Amino acid sequence: MKYLQLVWSAMFRRKTRTIFTLLSVLAAFLLFGLLDSVRSAFAGAANSVAGVDRLVTVSKISFTLSLPKSLLPRIQELPGVATVTYANWFGGVYQDPKNFFPNEAVADNFFDLYPEWQLSAAERTAFHNTRTGAIVGESLAKKFHWKIGDKIPLQATIFPQKSGANDWTLDLVGMFRVTDPKQKSRESVLYFNWDYFDEARAFGNGNVGWYVTRVADRNQAQQVADAVDALSANSDHETKTQTEQAFNAAFVSQYGDIGLIVGAIMAAVFFTLILLTGNTMAQAVRERIPELAVLKTIGFSNPSVLGLVLAESVLLILLGGTIGLLLAGVVVDAVRAAVGEAVPMSRVGASIWLRGLGLMLLIGLIVGALPARRGMRLRIVDALAGR
Amino acid sequence: MKRSRLRNAGFLVVSISAAAAAIALLVLAPWWLLLALVAVLALWMLSTRIGRQAWSVTEVGLATIPQRIGASSVIVVGIAGVVAVLVALLAMASGFELALRQGGTDDTAIVMRAGSQTEINSVLDHDSATLVTQEPQVLRDAAGVPVASPELVLVASLPKKSTGQDANVEIRGVGERAWSLRPNVTIINGRKFGPGLREMIVGKGAREQFAGLDLGSTLKLNGQTWTVVGEFDAQDAHNSELWADNDVVAETYRRGSGTAAVTVRLTGADAFDAFKAAIASDPRLKVDAKTTRAYYTDQSAGLSKLIRILGITIATIMAIGAVFGALNTMYAAVATRSREIATLRAIGFRALPVIVSVMLETMLLALLGGLLGAAVTWVLFNHYTVSTLGANFTQVVFAFQVSGAVLSTGIKWALAIGLIGGLFPALRAARLQVTAGLREV
Amino acid sequence: MSALVEVRNLSKTYQRGRQKIEVLHHVQLDIEQGDFMALMGPSGSGKTTLLNLIGGLDSPTDGSITIGARRIDNLAEGALARWRSSNVGFVFQFYNLLPMLSARKNVELPLLLTRLSAAQRKRNAEVALELVGLAERSTHKPSELSGGQQQRVAIARAIVSDPTLLVCDEPTGDLDRQSAEDVLTLLQQLNRDHGKTIIMVTHDPKAAEFARHTLHLDKGSLVPASARPPAAAASGSPA
Repeated sequence: MKYLQLVWSAMFRRKTRTIFTLLSVLAAFLLFGLLDSVRSAFAGAANSVAGVDRLVTVSKISFTLSLPKSLLPRIQELPGVATVTYANWFGGVYQDPKNFFPNEAVADNFFDLYPEWQLSAAERTAFHNTRTGAIVGESLAKKFHWKIGDKIPLQATIFPQKSGANDWTLDLVGMFRVTDPKQKSRESVLYFNWDYFDEARAFGNGNVGWYVTRVADRNQAQQVADAVDALSANSDHETKTQTEQAFNAAFVSQYGDIGLIVGAIMAAVFFTLILLTGNTMAQAVRERIPELAVLKTIGFSNPSVLGLVLAESVLLILLGGTIGLLLAGVVVDAVRAAVGEAVPMSRVGASIWLRGLGLMLLIGLIVGALPARRGMRLRIVDALAGR
Repeated sequence: MKRSRLRNAGFLVVSISAAAAAIALLVLAPWWLLLALVAVLALWMLSTRIGRQAWSVTEVGLATIPQRIGASSVIVVGIAGVVAVLVALLAMASGFELALRQGGTDDTAIVMRAGSQTEINSVLDHDSATLVTQEPQVLRDAAGVPVASPELVLVASLPKKSTGQDANVEIRGVGERAWSLRPNVTIINGRKFGPGLREMIVGKGAREQFAGLDLGSTLKLNGQTWTVVGEFDAQDAHNSELWADNDVVAETYRRGSGTAAVTVRLTGADAFDAFKAAIASDPRLKVDAKTTRAYYTDQSAGLSKLIRILGITIATIMAIGAVFGALNTMYAAVATRSREIATLRAIGFRALPVIVSVMLETMLLALLGGLLGAAVTWVLFNHYTVSTLGANFTQVVFAFQVSGAVLSTGIKWALAIGLIGGLFPALRAARLQVTAGLREV
Repeated sequence: MSALVEVRNLSKTYQRGRQKIEVLHHVQLDIEQGDFMALMGPSGSGKTTLLNLIGGLDSPTDGSITIGARRIDNLAEGALARWRSSNVGFVFQFYNLLPMLSARKNVELPLLLTRLSAAQRKRNAEVALELVGLAERSTHKPSELSGGQQQRVAIARAIVSDPTLLVCDEPTGDLDRQSAEDVLTLLQQLNRDHGKTIIMVTHDPKAAEFARHTLHLDKGSLVPASARPPAAAASGSPA
């Protein structure tokens, strides 16, 4: 601690240069914060633990094909199955295609399979009792300023009404909240009654989009999944069942290898940063060789001189990097407030900070290594003589 | 005291405005203008006395670069990094846009059920599909048959070569007239599928991105075996698709109506408005029409805009980091040469040649960095194909387009960074007190 | 009674490329406790080298140096550094103060290597500054002090951990006449009133007059008293 002042004063020897370097480091870690926020949002969607005891069953051919509703009792009977529900993609548009959010028609017991969501019993009852009732996530309601009791008109893009019209008007009867920050994007979905949907739609009646099954024992998930698929083997509606976690992961992977892209960009950024900062650090130490020599004459050991220089470079990177990450946090929060919490950017939380701090330490050490070694190995006599 | 602080502030304001103006010029001016300015500069350096001074200072500066090779390479590589990332991201956006935009023309139209937005959501009944093709604006071939293709679009799951995971690929069932409707489609391998048979041809892009689509391979679709008999190149987004006979596809997927949308060729681009009006006024039809160009452009708009914004944001932040790095390096370079610069001033060289020389040197290093970065990206990524989730929830295959426009933007950014990184140190060098500089022993 | 500093058969050779340059030849020397010795000689005579060796900044090629009954010529770098921190104080021609630290913080530097608390360090530094007459300037940075004041701060730094030996390399080389005199008077005071043993290299005969003894070096060897120029012989007597 007593050496801190020595290190600190050394850093600010040339104020302008240090401030410029800090700004470079700041820029690099601002970028890191933003990109890692995007990367972990995608990874979080793929790796959520939440979906481990739920199975999703879709058509094996393609998830855009329907499955018969008759599968429901047969799945229910299978050993290891606790509850089954079904849903259908609706794909309606609210006012403008730009306002896209997922909307799905779901069975009455749908919310039983998502007990981790917060939905009051009263709202559930209202959903059950209101034929045209709809339940939305809180973030979605906030985005469009909906209140309970509002009418929400949706324009069908796939399923017109039997009359031929595309208008489906729903009544908002409840809002649910998801507490797990990684699953927050599920709040941007609107759910309405499958019975109403099936009764009013022009075609496809009696078919569902997918089934969600809760298994009694999550270690039996694979066996149950296989059993479900066996029900429809060699039929005209072959199914593919996997854990919800695997299903989401597969979906996200369709965007491409986000981790790779982010990694490549950050590699380029940090490479450049190390180069620029390393050069500045080398320069700074070169200028201070006589002072380091004086410290040695006073009796500072070689390892302590090494330590002083390394401490300086690590402190420099830590300072700039911390401000950069803080800024990234502010920007991410601003974007989430503006665009909605469903945007693929996680909050700059503990895991991003941990990774960031680790990188700062590593880069600080790399940048300071050669100059520190130079300082450590200087020959006092030569340095004092100016050689 | 106060007066000199005011002067310092005024000086700072002037230099920042000069920098801003120079960057605006760089960004907005076309290349021929910039090259003309360079020619003027060269002329100035050759003919006027001050210009010649500037040239000799620059010569000395450039000659000493080998002594300062470390610091100089740092600027070059640093700027190369920024330009490489910027060019790569812009090339990606550009490629995505190109892949989708090329898919459309102004004289073909796509007709879908009203409100569908995309083909995959649309279902057209047989009557509507036929009625649409009978409008007078639709071109007829020599036999008097409308040049139209009723098509069905479905999704199948195949493993992507890059991730090993299953991804969605688009299967398009096409009508007989699909070939005359799309003359840009050529078979590059194998042959066309036979009508009524479970045969399909694969797009060039699809074959590259997905496993198991080579000539002769078989696929199981809904329990039925299909064979890949050919490969086609449509030079547009259709390269991400698999094509087969419409009726056979409909039967395989048990779709009652074999049509999702109808694509027609109009008598001319000018016929579109009339066509659209005609189908809107027909009470039997509940459909929407768009030119195929408009349709594909809309589909790509969202994602390519996103990639572009992302690219510019990332590159801006990187550029800011690079500018400060360049400033540090150039300030240090100027400091090490302060004695040399002071000597020149003492001899009689004016301030302007010094400023010009430092800036020229920095911008040359920046230009080198920009060219390096652009070259690296061009070599690594040009025509590199990738695919991502498109509007139909299927994979859209596209290639990075490291085009002239993209390269030019990258180089301009490099020059802008060099300009800022060199201007302030140059001004500092010019204001250096001659006596202070000479005392640097 | 053995001398504080015993130098026996000391030689130092440098390697410059292919050439071997012998800077010191078999030097024999004793310095008593409480002595104030000036070391003079033309440039290239090896006086700075001898000073560096006695101060533990370098190791000899041959011979031995014993200070306070401890051999320092065969110590490894780490041990030598530790020895320096409690046994030697250095004063250089160009002061070598750290420009970003205040006078007091500069003086505290050697104390960072001890276990003293921050308060104790501060106190000791202030005592040292008081001794050199710069107590009111303790918060000033070197840039705010004159050459003579900076050198006095350097002296305070050199004595703050109460070293056995004070080693000075051309301490007045960069000062004007008045400041030089102030510094030399201070050194004399430290020697007479506080018993500090001082070795000072100088090329200025007037500065050497402040010392008790003067030794001369020429081409790496001590010049015997009889061979010295007359002016130097006269300065042998204590002032």
